[in-house]
Amino acid sequence: MEKIHKPLDFILAFKGAFVASIIALLLFGPIMGLVLSGYDYQAELQRPLIAAVVVFVGRFLFSLLFQFAQHEPRLQWMLPRKTASVWVEGEQVESKQSVRLFSAMTAITVLTLTGQFWLSVAGGVVLYLLLSRLGKRKHQVMVALVVILGLLMPFFATKFWLTVLIAALIYVLLGLGLNIVVGFAGLLDLGFVAFYAVGAYGYGLGHEYLGLSFWAALPLGALMAACFGAILGFPVLRMHGDYLAIVTLGFGEIIRLVLNNWTEFTHGPNGVSAIPPPTLFGLEFSRIPKQGGTPFHEFFGISYDSSFRYIFIYLILFIIVSLMIAVVTRLRNMPIGRAWEALREDEIACRSLGINHVTVKLSAFSMGAMVGGLAGVFFAAYQGFINPSSFTFFESALILAIVVLGGLGSTVGVIIAAFILTILPETLRYLATELPKAIDSMSDYLPSFLHNTLSTLSDGLGDIGSYRVLIFGVCMVLMMIWRPRGLLPIQRRAYHLDKPGDAK
Amino acid sequence: MDSFIIGQQLVNGITLGAIYGLIAVGYTMVYGIIGMINFAHGDIYMVSAYLGAIFLAVITFFGIDSVVLALIITLLFTIVFTALYGWSVERIAYRPLRGSTRLAPLISAIGMSLILQNYVQLSQGARNQGFPALVEGSVRVGDGAQFFQVTYLQMIIVVTAFVSMGILTYVIHKTSLGRACRATQQDPMMAEVLGINTDRIISIVFVLGAIMAAVAGILVSLNYGSFDFYIGFITGIKAFTAAVLGGIGSLPGAILGGLILGMSESLFSGFVNTDYKDVFAFGLLIVVLIFKPSGLLGKPEIEKV
Repeated sequence: MEKIHKPLDFILAFKGAFVASIIALLLFGPIMGLVLSGYDYQAELQRPLIAAVVVFVGRFLFSLLFQFAQHEPRLQWMLPRKTASVWVEGEQVESKQSVRLFSAMTAITVLTLTGQFWLSVAGGVVLYLLLSRLGKRKHQVMVALVVILGLLMPFFATKFWLTVLIAALIYVLLGLGLNIVVGFAGLLDLGFVAFYAVGAYGYGLGHEYLGLSFWAALPLGALMAACFGAILGFPVLRMHGDYLAIVTLGFGEIIRLVLNNWTEFTHGPNGVSAIPPPTLFGLEFSRIPKQGGTPFHEFFGISYDSSFRYIFIYLILFIIVSLMIAVVTRLRNMPIGRAWEALREDEIACRSLGINHVTVKLSAFSMGAMVGGLAGVFFAAYQGFINPSSFTFFESALILAIVVLGGLGSTVGVIIAAFILTILPETLRYLATELPKAIDSMSDYLPSFLHNTLSTLSDGLGDIGSYRVLIFGVCMVLMMIWRPRGLLPIQRRAYHLDKPGDAK
Repeated sequence: MDSFIIGQQLVNGITLGAIYGLIAVGYTMVYGIIGMINFAHGDIYMVSAYLGAIFLAVITFFGIDSVVLALIITLLFTIVFTALYGWSVERIAYRPLRGSTRLAPLISAIGMSLILQNYVQLSQGARNQGFPALVEGSVRVGDGAQFFQVTYLQMIIVVTAFVSMGILTYVIHKTSLGRACRATQQDPMMAEVLGINTDRIISIVFVLGAIMAAVAGILVSLNYGSFDFYIGFITGIKAFTAAVLGGIGSLPGAILGGLILGMSESLFSGFVNTDYKDVFAFGLLIVVLIFKPSGLLGKPEIEKV
């Protein structure tokens, strides 16, 4: 059949862009153009004009791109997609391409942190090729490689990247926890940060009042968070969808407000400080022992290094995260995991088939909360200081963004999204400090206009931190339009009783 | 003696409740028509407070001295521009998602809320903004040391709120536009079959909600004199609580819920504890949703298979 190529409709694109820019001008005009100062205002009219021009150009180009992509098979991935793909039982778990790409990307990221950029690219390419040669055991090899790389990581990374990685792993843990509730069970929880706070304050206050150590607080904090999850789970059993979201949001705010206002017990906005980092069988990672034990470096007779502490936290965290990934992956295949997914797809059908929705929902809530509590304990141990301002609604929205961006229910997706959302801003901040130096050093070789453009760009990069939340919001909206099921959507299982070829 | 304090708290509570009611209307109408929580509605209200202050500053710059005239012009401009915001939010964040997954519009709404907050923060700065006290004076009830006072502003707020609600109720119940809205609410597909442009009706509902939020934004700024980019969040949740309390989807329910919430919150902070007044409001929301999810005037939700 002959393919019909429609010519690009420039008039249509222009009309759309014109209307959009007029509306943008009206929207941005007062708020961006007139800045309040006291009861008076300062006119900064160039800002809405620039924004309107950006909207015009953007809308015009997107319109043309989408018109083009609709008739071009190779560009189909650009178009919004709403339907879920189906995974037939017994076939490949994930598409080969994505597995290879993912591991190559991971290798590049991880190796970049050692500071050898070209080496890391080479390593990534080698890994990609290696994986394309491997046969059936590809999945296991990849997992083993990632685990080994992850365990060796901290010994090569600088302290700055180590702290960034710890933060990223904490978010991976939070993402995994929320993924159980939202991704698997389909219960939209907007107050997940409450369980994070319970874990963190469980350790902080437990240490202050009861003298709990990190190793005692880890299971206790998780247990306490799980109990809170169940407490929240009971009243919301009958609700679904949006009502559930708003109640969990209220619950999260209640926890934060209580932590903020119960000053006698929680020290209110001042928070809990001097929370000790974890110890290795009583060996401390500080220069001078604070908890009355022997310091690690004296015991082994090596010189003190302040990054020991972070390496140790990283290693424990890495092991816990790996365990959690294993647990969550297996849970998904167990009856309880299947019940969660069934409940997500159709609650009424599920109950009609005799699944007890009470236990299923409560288990999802408390499992998710438990993982969140674990993350909280690590957060407290890593920061050494906690206060209620770390547990605002924005944090909940960020964790939700991780889960949504990764693909609701997809474990690999959640891990990637957590890394992207935590490492990307830090990388940009790092670049913002390093780039101007590099550009200045090149000023002799570059033409002046290029040099100026580059410096303006790198200056703009420095402000990226303040645009972080805005970018998150834009990503959330665009992802919902473009890929409502996330970057790596879970594939729904389908069972085929007989393959088409088997028919006699 | 106590009766005067209670009276004062009730007056404050009714004022607060009228404002909650105005914002709650936006939630309740949108929920009624497309069954989603418009999470960005609180931030639309926040934007309207900024727009109001900006337009008032511009009007003062052009030398309009009459307070009444300045306020009316500000109100009109704010309503028009806030309505445009409401329309754009629906067009950008919700309309492309029609027929998508169940969670998609809600997550997109949260994204929109973050966008609006940070857009205003980045454009206008993070500091508190002020709104001049244009209306002063009050009426005292009682004598000597025992009295409670009702400011003229509080009277204006309550009257404006009720007049706006009255106009909205008239539009919804008596005009052909309102009939189309109710038809879309009851059965979107059938409404479409009968020649109603449901997309347009949904846009109009967002615009109506934004108009009510704009009125609330101006009234709140007048009453408290200061605002920042974060006011939309807490007020938004409380207004949603009011909508749920009164029965979501019901217009008189929204104002009733607003009044009940405003008065009980006011009494709670007057007699029990000011620090925990937000906890009280959220707790009330949870309790209502557990024991009477359909609210005071709402219809019970029937699960259909």
